[in-house]
Amino acid sequence: MATITIDGKEYQVESGQMLIDVADDNGIEIPRFCYHKKLSISANCRMCLVDVEKAPKPLPACATPIMDGMVVHTQSDKAKAAQKSVMEFLLINHPLDCPVCDQGGECELQDVAMAYGSDVSRFAEEKRVVMDKNLGPLIATEMTRCIHCTRCVRFSREIAGMPEMGATGRGEHTLVGPYIEKTIDSELSGNMVDVCPVGALTAKPSRFQARAWEMQQRAGIAPHDIVGSNLYFHIRNNKVFRVVPKENEAVNEVWLSDKDRFSYSALQAEDRLTRPMIKKEGQWQETDWESALKFVVAGLKAVINDQNKTLGGLASPTATLEELYLFQKMLRGMGSDNIDHRLRQIDFSDQDMAPLFPRLGQSIAALEDCDSVLVIGSNLRKEQPLLNQRLRKAAYNRVGQIDESIAADVMLLNPVDYDFNLPIAEKIITAPSQMVEALAGIAKALSNESKTATDADAEKLLANVSPSETQQNIAKSLLTAENASLLLGQLAFSQPDFAILRGLSGLIAKLSGAKLGYLSEAGNSAGAWLAGVLPHRGVGGTVVTQAGENANSMLSNPLNAYLLLDLEPELDSWNGTQSLETLKQADFVVSLSAFKTETMQEYADVLLPKALFAETSGTFVNAAGIWQSFAGAVSPAGEARPGWKILRVLANLLYLEGFEYTASDQIASEMRSQMLENIVPDQENAWSLPEALPSANNNGLQRLTEMGMYATDAMVRRATVLQKTTDGKQASGAHLHPDDAEKLNIQDGQSVLLEQNGRQAELNAVLDSRVSPGCVLLYGGQSETSTLADWYGAIQIKVL
Amino acid sequence: MSESKSALLSSDICAEIDHWIKKYPAERQQSAVMPALTIVQDANGGWLTTELMDAVADYLDIPAIAVYEVASFYSMYEHKPVGQHKICVCTNVSCMLCGSDEIVSHLENKLGVKMGETTSDNKFTLKEVECLGACGGAPMFAIGREYYENLTTEKVDEIIGKLN
Repeated sequence: MATITIDGKEYQVESGQMLIDVADDNGIEIPRFCYHKKLSISANCRMCLVDVEKAPKPLPACATPIMDGMVVHTQSDKAKAAQKSVMEFLLINHPLDCPVCDQGGECELQDVAMAYGSDVSRFAEEKRVVMDKNLGPLIATEMTRCIHCTRCVRFSREIAGMPEMGATGRGEHTLVGPYIEKTIDSELSGNMVDVCPVGALTAKPSRFQARAWEMQQRAGIAPHDIVGSNLYFHIRNNKVFRVVPKENEAVNEVWLSDKDRFSYSALQAEDRLTRPMIKKEGQWQETDWESALKFVVAGLKAVINDQNKTLGGLASPTATLEELYLFQKMLRGMGSDNIDHRLRQIDFSDQDMAPLFPRLGQSIAALEDCDSVLVIGSNLRKEQPLLNQRLRKAAYNRVGQIDESIAADVMLLNPVDYDFNLPIAEKIITAPSQMVEALAGIAKALSNESKTATDADAEKLLANVSPSETQQNIAKSLLTAENASLLLGQLAFSQPDFAILRGLSGLIAKLSGAKLGYLSEAGNSAGAWLAGVLPHRGVGGTVVTQAGENANSMLSNPLNAYLLLDLEPELDSWNGTQSLETLKQADFVVSLSAFKTETMQEYADVLLPKALFAETSGTFVNAAGIWQSFAGAVSPAGEARPGWKILRVLANLLYLEGFEYTASDQIASEMRSQMLENIVPDQENAWSLPEALPSANNNGLQRLTEMGMYATDAMVRRATVLQKTTDGKQASGAHLHPDDAEKLNIQDGQSVLLEQNGRQAELNAVLDSRVSPGCVLLYGGQSETSTLADWYGAIQIKVL
Repeated sequence: MSESKSALLSSDICAEIDHWIKKYPAERQQSAVMPALTIVQDANGGWLTTELMDAVADYLDIPAIAVYEVASFYSMYEHKPVGQHKICVCTNVSCMLCGSDEIVSHLENKLGVKMGETTSDNKFTLKEVECLGACGGAPMFAIGREYYENLTTEKVDEIIGKLN
């Protein structure tokens, strides 16, 4: 502890801090540009100069460590004169034309100039002019406004982990930018706009659309990944103009992924469904809510009242907790347990043993403290950018420490050698069918070394396995780490061997003492499990006596009627073509959707316009199990209504009991109290092991499917700017290893015909050395691949 | 997905760079970026291309932008083709007080090019540089690695004449 005096007031503070941090903690204002609490200190802008007694010259508060007995003046004549002079220098080359700048009104330079600068400029010489760079579809530049604070440069190195920005040249000729003609490709690039204190980097999609003071700021929660980032909507005239992060250290720190930041444009998508639509005698017509709901009730009653007819419901895990809860309550009220949200899964064999919800197994921030992490089947950096960011911190062991031995080992078992922005200690890149073998090897290595006794079944299962050196290294790292984790990602969830992968991961976790975490699909996957949008479990994990049909079974064996929530099954499910055909055979399909598509009109009978995430109140549960509630920020498009209201009215019209809600928070609290009444033992550590390891099928090419980064849900798919990014464009074509391509005589960019169970698709071949040999990587969630069959399995490819 | 960019560097160049890398602790090969750029520039007729800078970055396993920053900061690295002889004239305070302005205008008139330009026969490039640390002999310029001090217009004529 140290005692320091700032502006005449004494403070007891922790030693080792910088002066600016102490000032910030105590609400003392010190102007700054280059300092950012999440970035390294560069002390180049000199704006934070303060007067420290016994120091001959003013000192930069951001780079001055506190010392016991230090006496600081932030408002003395000396400090003020220093700040005023620095301000004058900073404004020499900065244009003084705030009215034509997009940053005007929310500009740190403008604010600080008003508070600390002079009221007139003495500079009559020529100002420098800097040419702009095209940094891609997300960031607009006006580099003449740059004050060389280098926050964006440090962000790109330290946070994004992609050193794309730099300060080239010298002195007055210094230019901040990528030097060459290049787009900024980081999945966190939007944060560069936030860290820029001036109007040099601004958000391209919202540039010159609205002024800061014209907009209202309303809080919300992002629905696209399992982090549940906190954000603010900036709204004018009931329209979301942009989205910025809201600080929450436990969740998203101060960052926001580009997916969460730029997907708001889907709110104004051209294909928004704004009025209820019904199909009468084969003709689609717009109608009012009353007739549409009557039509739905009549259709559903025809199914409920007939013993021989079946009804099922499928929901997207991007829906709110309230919608999901009412969805299952309504279906169960109508006597159906055919309820599911796991459209991208095929193996449900161990679902009874699943944990209460697919959880991370620790808090999000705790990932930073891991010593050893094995990521199994996940393109983590693109799937969950902010979780990857936490692991990156663990791998570099909190910036500044050079001793590599204390940094975490991040290890991978993936079918594709994805590009990571952190050091990877060990990796196994293998065909999906051989991932089981790899895990078995790690488990075997552990059982050889671990002190925890392996059970007889596991020992028998692993009897003939001999671990490779890499597998042994991974085992050793997990075993010796104090704080180890396994993270099971989407490329494991969607595999036909998921239960075995999960079982072996569970065994590895047990033997090594690691935590087993799940990287589930969407923002509210955890909520969907808790709300009981499952055929075998009700609210809070209560067991359903007679489990209903799972998603895959509902989408391959036609039921009589379907209720769909926020889904485009042809893009969202494991076998899009089959799902469509199945839905088309149903008598009656109701789709609650925010969008209308031609495909929807092929299978549905009613389309009910549903509000999107900024338009409704609700709750999302993130992977750490945090319930985050939010209010609606704008009113829904056209006649669209919040999902919970539609479901409530439908249930009322069906005379179902217990649907007398007047606000969405009543629903969440009802669900909470039900969870408290029926506490179900959480089977966090339950899994099943097979009798024998499946033999890998290596005959011919195998299909492997990854959801495109910007194709994960209906909203993101309509975010046009994201589709134009490098990540957005990269998610297309048939990717195969150059060796396979050579054997098949396929050239890069050539048009190829893919065939799977008699179904075909024409795509461009992409030679991609990241893909395991023997595999063809296709991207799900895209119309170009939706005519094919299963996400995994044999596939033929030939040159057209 | 891409070929190794450092394939652009010949084995002789790599050996020379390795000699410099060895002077620094292991894993700190980025410290050799300046000599590496000099070696590559000399082998390329006195200037650097983006591809060559990328090759250096790849060889030293550092981000390309880090190499661009170094190569654009120091005036001894050229980003455009230069003439056979690069005349680096110091115009900093000491040289200026001792008459570098006169040397500059004499050179410009004699060679028929402005500062930063190259003669049409590709023989000379005229370049204004900051202090080269030879203030005791001001005014001065450097041609290649050779310093010429206490310059007068006659002396300049003689030096240029010899090179011609």
